[in-house]
Amino acid sequence: MTNNTGRAWIFASDISTDLIFPGRYVHLLSNMPELVKHTLEDARSDYAGAVQPGDFVVAGDNFGMGSSREQAPVIIKLSGARAVLAKSFARIFFRNAINVGLPAIEVNTDGINEGDQLSIDFGSGRLTDHTNGIERRFEPLPPIMTEILADGGLVEHIKKHGDFHL
Amino acid sequence: MPMTLVEKIIAAKVGHEVCPGQLVMVPVDQVFAHDLSGPLAISQLKALGFSGFKHPEKVRFFLDHASPSSTVASANEQKTIRDFALQSGVELIDVGEGISHQVVMERYAKPGEIIIGGDSHTCTGGAVAALATGVGSTDVAIAMYLCRTWLKVPETMRFVIKGQLPRGVYSKDVMLHIVGKIGAGGATYRSMEFVGSAIDSWGLPDRAVLPNMAVEAGGKCGLCPSDAKTKEYLTAQGRPQDYSPLAGDNNAPCQFEMTVDAATLEPQIALPHTVDRVVGVTDKLARGIKVHQIYLGTCTNGRIEDFRIISNILKGHKIAKGTRLVATPASRRVYLEGLKEGVWTSIIEAGGLVNSPGCGACPGIQTGILGSGENCLSTMNRNFKGRMGNPEAFIYLASPATCAASALTGVITDPREVL
Ligand code: SF4
Repeated sequence: MTNNTGRAWIFASDISTDLIFPGRYVHLLSNMPELVKHTLEDARSDYAGAVQPGDFVVAGDNFGMGSSREQAPVIIKLSGARAVLAKSFARIFFRNAINVGLPAIEVNTDGINEGDQLSIDFGSGRLTDHTNGIERRFEPLPPIMTEILADGGLVEHIKKHGDFHL
Repeated sequence: MPMTLVEKIIAAKVGHEVCPGQLVMVPVDQVFAHDLSGPLAISQLKALGFSGFKHPEKVRFFLDHASPSSTVASANEQKTIRDFALQSGVELIDVGEGISHQVVMERYAKPGEIIIGGDSHTCTGGAVAALATGVGSTDVAIAMYLCRTWLKVPETMRFVIKGQLPRGVYSKDVMLHIVGKIGAGGATYRSMEFVGSAIDSWGLPDRAVLPNMAVEAGGKCGLCPSDAKTKEYLTAQGRPQDYSPLAGDNNAPCQFEMTVDAATLEPQIALPHTVDRVVGVTDKLARGIKVHQIYLGTCTNGRIEDFRIISNILKGHKIAKGTRLVATPASRRVYLEGLKEGVWTSIIEAGGLVNSPGCGACPGIQTGILGSGENCLSTMNRNFKGRMGNPEAFIYLASPATCAASALTGVITDPREVL
């Protein structure tokens, strides 16, 4: 195991932004340290309190469906998750995740189990499940998204280049 | 080369032909945020060293989600937005004016425009053939700043809606049926284009339900053609000069096509907790389910045409005991028209209550949060767990007529029984 590995937290398909960031906490919108304690609360109430830095959120299809609230990927990132791995993402969530510097990786997550030790190589597009020996390839992000992610998010990207750098 | 509607809009903006999958930089005609997405957009602008908008006339802020505010926190967020709008010289559409998407459709959106909004239902603007799409706060901030954004040209799914709607069946039922068929992720990254003889015959208020709910299937946008009905609508809103005809080519290649014969549909219900769990109202999973709260309004079905249907059903009757009814007009214009026509009188006399224009109970912040174990039947677009503020509650979605009919009985009821 290297320090690149983290454990898998398994989530179902169709995890909505309401499950990630429940609307009833909207009063915490500008209070990230408090809001992060409720990350994914309505999907799995055990996640926020126990996730470790470098862990992975692993889901089925259509992760992040629903609203455009950007706090959804922000709190997942702040919760310590290294990346979200899902079979597919809702498009606004996907774009938001990259914009805030949270890697969102579209990859086949079948066969990955709760607690498996995972590592990921963004450059070569490879996911490894060290617990059960599964290896998966994934399509690298479109170039603009790779750049935004590498710059640390969209604001940093624009600060650096003064414009989108296509 | 024949092009779909979304390809036409993008090609006209970038000045060359485009194909699905291509990444393009596009100019933005209008960009807005609201009281939930606005504060973060403002702080991102400040992080960029913001010193004024190049095109303030393209930028707007709406205060619609908590309208008016119900907590100190949201009052302060709204104050931040008001102060920023004043200082930067952009338009502020304050509480009481209505839901951003409805107001954009009434006052601002034009055929062929690219509209970026910090809200997932920005796609509603597709009712006037604008490429309107929702993004998060940071994307909105950058679009406000540069008046440009990047897009991947989406694939197109063409939905041909034909046939006449039977009695008791509405455009909402058609859209619930479509989402039920293709699934909550069935249109992810794609443009949903709505055409056909039924669309041709519907006015904009009926059409708007389809693009509004495109995001419930994961769509990037939903688009209707701009035609005689669009002209009629824009003229009624006092801006006939904003009309221009625009439609996709029917022979343009697309990635998916589905025909819906509206004449064969019955009223539809989406069951908790996903929008694609759709059954007919006569199905045993829907019919007869106890309803504690009826919620009428939202950017999907909060227009005067919807409240007319509701008022006609409720007029002279009483809402069932044990059921409460909350109505929220989508905009000030809807509110005023409803006052003149007396629709609020029928709703209030029947035992319902009417809120100030805005999102109301939909986002689960105020005015109609559900109790644990309660069922709500609503005209809204989303029934996710926790959506209306309580993860222990259950939300069913339906047309305004089905909601009104169910208000009279206290259980999910087929509107054809009362019409
Ligand atoms: S009415 Fe509901 S769905 Fe529409 S913008 Fe408001 S919160 Fe969103």
